[in-house]
Amino acid sequence: MGVIGALMLLLVVSVAVFAPWVAPYDPYERVQVTPEQILTPPDPQHLLGRDDAGKDVLSQLIYGSRVSLTVGFTASFMAMVIGTTVGLVAGYFGGRIGNVLMRVVDFLMVIPELPLMLVIIAVMGRGLLNIILVIGLLGWTYTARLVRSQVLSVKERQFVLRARSVGASSVRIMTRHIFPQVLPLVIAQAVLDISVAILAESTLAFLGLGDPTLVSWGNMLNFAFERGMSRRAWWFLLPPGFAIVWVSLSLVLIGNTLDEIVNPRLRTHHLFDPRRMIAPTLAVRPAQEREATEPT
Amino acid sequence: MSILDVRDLSVDYLTEDGVALHAVENLSLRVERGCSLGLVGESGCGKTTVMMGLLRLLPEEGRIVNGQVLFDGKDLLQRSEAEMRKVRWREISMVFQGAMNALNPVRTIESQIVEALLLHHIVNDGQAARRRAGELLELVGIPATRGSQYPHQYSGGMRQRAVIAMALACNPRVLIADEPTTALDVMIQAQILELLERLQADLNLALVLVTHDLGMVAEMCADVLVMYGGVAAEYASSDVIFNNPQHPYTQRLLQAFPDLEEPGSTLASIPGTPPRLDDLPPGCRFEPRCQCEWREAICAHRPPPLVEIEPGHRVACHWAARMV
Repeated sequence: MGVIGALMLLLVVSVAVFAPWVAPYDPYERVQVTPEQILTPPDPQHLLGRDDAGKDVLSQLIYGSRVSLTVGFTASFMAMVIGTTVGLVAGYFGGRIGNVLMRVVDFLMVIPELPLMLVIIAVMGRGLLNIILVIGLLGWTYTARLVRSQVLSVKERQFVLRARSVGASSVRIMTRHIFPQVLPLVIAQAVLDISVAILAESTLAFLGLGDPTLVSWGNMLNFAFERGMSRRAWWFLLPPGFAIVWVSLSLVLIGNTLDEIVNPRLRTHHLFDPRRMIAPTLAVRPAQEREATEPT
Repeated sequence: MSILDVRDLSVDYLTEDGVALHAVENLSLRVERGCSLGLVGESGCGKTTVMMGLLRLLPEEGRIVNGQVLFDGKDLLQRSEAEMRKVRWREISMVFQGAMNALNPVRTIESQIVEALLLHHIVNDGQAARRRAGELLELVGIPATRGSQYPHQYSGGMRQRAVIAMALACNPRVLIADEPTTALDVMIQAQILELLERLQADLNLALVLVTHDLGMVAEMCADVLVMYGGVAAEYASSDVIFNNPQHPYTQRLLQAFPDLEEPGSTLASIPGTPPRLDDLPPGCRFEPRCQCEWREAICAHRPPPLVEIEPGHRVACHWAARMV
């Protein structure tokens, strides 16, 4: 599954990198259009038709991947760095420092993220940088918790005590001895975070808070939706939606596979192998029996 | 002057409700340069706590409430944490209990030895540090080329030797070996002991050997300190401990080991368990399990002081003290 995800992601990344060569038109170019040229359905010149301004949808889709991926990678990288640092410090020092940090995490976690992002973006302005900052600065909480819980167990191991007695400072112990132990988990989490960040960016843009100067998938959805195209011009609405699903799915596939690799306990136990199962599972019980036991 | 002189060290552990448990009380021990001391006793009698206490590596709940740790005449308990960091490993180093756990599984053996060398500025460039790490590994009988391997690629005995090499990295003057041979089979135990003995002689180390294994102590240590329930029970040269033990606990402990001269005799066991720290007996800590025929009322009421009954032989027992 991870390989499929990686291939899917590779496709999107290469499209984003080579956008100017791949895209048939430049979506940032001003075009003069006649009324007949807007919202035309797909044809050989415009494989995914044209939008309400007469621009090529496919080219917008291709250029849009740049924004989504940029936001996804940078925001999740930010979240990873902040979350790991906070988690390491909170877990290693524990006590008052740890409590304060974890209460901050709890506090950020209970605030519904989307409304908060909407408010912040509405106040700070809709630039790409602001969007990245908001997603990154609000998305680290789960990583922090995850890292802290791991650190709590790793720091009790004896090699940490040995490192301390060797004379290593706290910072050194955290970075050299504990961090490598939690890194695999952090990476798996960061990959999953990318898809969350991409979804968040698209959501913001869809709600009209994307960077208005950029072509992004969320913006495309927003335009299409606002102009009531869902019934009339499917080629305007479906492609960006599908692209978002494609990228998210690829990242989730990679993330889950990484998670399984670094956390062997998630892997199915050999006793749960269906070929070795002795007792019949719920799914293979005869139909009548199921009807008899389950209330209608 | 002794290189390590611990005086009246007491360590408490604080429980979550703020109750202080006296894990170690008024423990004194002394190690001369190049000599060795064996610290024996049952699990949970405070052996490791003493060692962690004198290195000031106790867990958060631990408190040193009393005593002095004189290293080369200077009290380690008065040092700042930064000064302490220089003493640890550089002067007093430690072989930890359980070699697998003492090695970081995701770093190579070499890099873990190099870390100690660089942190203490024994050498200052990576190249020399790696060379020195290789020498240390050779010293304990591991080919230097295997330094670039990870702990899981080592066998149990090799890991233990690697941990010893690590402990020797900074040419310490005192080496504390906390159960260096637990979880190893007899052959490997013998190898490790031989290695420690050789290193002690070659490097003029003062060795503190913490163990359950009386045989090991008999073979290696000049002095023996027997601990029971957080206090010293008997402290003497190993010759005296093994041939003329005065404390009933030491006597029973020795009876619990097989004797080569009487292979047919049955082994004695000591009924009962060591006292719980939250329920220490008011008198002698061994009193509830003591089967000594001279046991008297005072044993249950007043803790016996550690008395020197003959030069260099200290016993904490009312009866033994009276016999002098």
